[in-house]
Amino acid sequence: MNTRVRQVFQSFLLWELWKGLRVTGRHLFARKITVQYPEEKTPKSPRFRGLHALRRYPNGEERCIACKLCEAVCPAAAITIESEEREDGTRRTTRYDIDLFKCIYCGFCEEACPVDSIVETHIHEFHFENRGENVITKEQLLAIGDKYEAEIAAARNADAPYR
Amino acid sequence: MDVMLSYMQGWPEWIQVTLISVAKIVLILIPLLLAVAYTTYAERKLIGYMQIRIGPNRVGPRGWLQPIADAFKLLLKEAAIPTNANRYLFQLAPVISITAALAAWAVIPVADTLVLSNIDAGLLYILALTSMGVYGVIIAGWASNSKYAFLGAMRSAAQIVAYEIAMGFALVGVLMVAGSLNLGDIVRGQQGSVLDWYLWPLFPLFLVYFISGVAETNRAPFDVAEGESELVAGFHVEYSGMTFAVFFLAEYANIILISALTAIMFLGGWHAPINTPFTIVPPGLWFIGKTALVLFFFLWFRATFPRYRYDQIMRLGWKVFIPVTLVWIGALGFFMFFTPFGHLFH
Repeated sequence: MNTRVRQVFQSFLLWELWKGLRVTGRHLFARKITVQYPEEKTPKSPRFRGLHALRRYPNGEERCIACKLCEAVCPAAAITIESEEREDGTRRTTRYDIDLFKCIYCGFCEEACPVDSIVETHIHEFHFENRGENVITKEQLLAIGDKYEAEIAAARNADAPYR
Repeated sequence: MDVMLSYMQGWPEWIQVTLISVAKIVLILIPLLLAVAYTTYAERKLIGYMQIRIGPNRVGPRGWLQPIADAFKLLLKEAAIPTNANRYLFQLAPVISITAALAAWAVIPVADTLVLSNIDAGLLYILALTSMGVYGVIIAGWASNSKYAFLGAMRSAAQIVAYEIAMGFALVGVLMVAGSLNLGDIVRGQQGSVLDWYLWPLFPLFLVYFISGVAETNRAPFDVAEGESELVAGFHVEYSGMTFAVFFLAEYANIILISALTAIMFLGGWHAPINTPFTIVPPGLWFIGKTALVLFFFLWFRATFPRYRYDQIMRLGWKVFIPVTLVWIGALGFFMFFTPFGHLFH
């Protein structure tokens, strides 16, 4: 009987609703967690998988030996490789295209690479302005690698103990 | 106003009357439309804050120009009319909505003498006009020739019919204690301190009125007519650009109207809560402040409550609110006329 009376009072005084309002009312004054994106950024893991790059050895020789393991492992079939023998008798790629629309940024290519050539960098802010620009070529990949080699190497080093 | 009148002395009377009426309409509409614009801003900011984010802050300093940008965007967009829609009704619907929402403002007394038309049956006029608004919704749903719009309109109609009755009965209580249909007289009846406001003798009716008001304006948690998770956008799915903006304006004008009416009928309108120190603040500001407070609750509700199920809405309207208001009106009548403490209610 007592609980019944209390129930009636509580429902007519909108007790539960006030409790709900109190929760949102408290959050009105809580510290806001918004990150003001272009000005503020959240920290990024060294394992972050962004735009791809092809790396070189310190002497300037490109690492990629056209083994095509990345092409084989790619679950989205985003990588296309063609290779030929170079004058010095080594095998090198003549074509290394990645379709960034197909790519799912899984990082399998990087894991498959025996010479740490293809890597996924920390770059996530990139865009295309024309049809066809989504397929990036070997030259572009190498250029990205040259430009960001320091960051790429630092990220690899930071993650090395856990690999 | 006097300068204007003396300037127009020589002109024919009908021109004078027209010009003065237009001036008054502009005087009400401009602040109202600004209030509507910034209510949308306040809503987005407030809901953002309650969800521990900061809401719009990119357009202008701290996002102050956001509603202006929104208005321009909607004005410049194409108002598409579906091929199979009824063109005339389709374009008539937002007009009906906005007319009803804006015309009701004519009788709202901002301060003792500051009212566009001080008509005796002000409350009746408001009730009539706010129920006109539902025609806009129904016609919009029907003329769109779209199943979502139609379902939204049907829901809205059922809901408004249900809550209009409870709302009307809640207002009967106000009439009983105020003894007048004139909104100015209703406020004058609450002269004194907080304790003289009709909020106290009519507390259950106040709750019923306010909740019905939320339901009438199709606001969360009673927004099944829009129900974006079920009906896309309800009755205004097919509307875009300016026609959509007009519906939006009407919705927010209605919300502000309900807030203003709550302030007038239950919260003492332009009267200060305590007499001596607070009467320095002009009465108009008290009225606006109280309206803003009620408005804040509308936004707070939207940030807090999940949407009611359709049958729960109907149950609440028919089986809870109408009996509660009827019982309270009966009790009120009994106390007022058959017991010695009737004076408490005057």
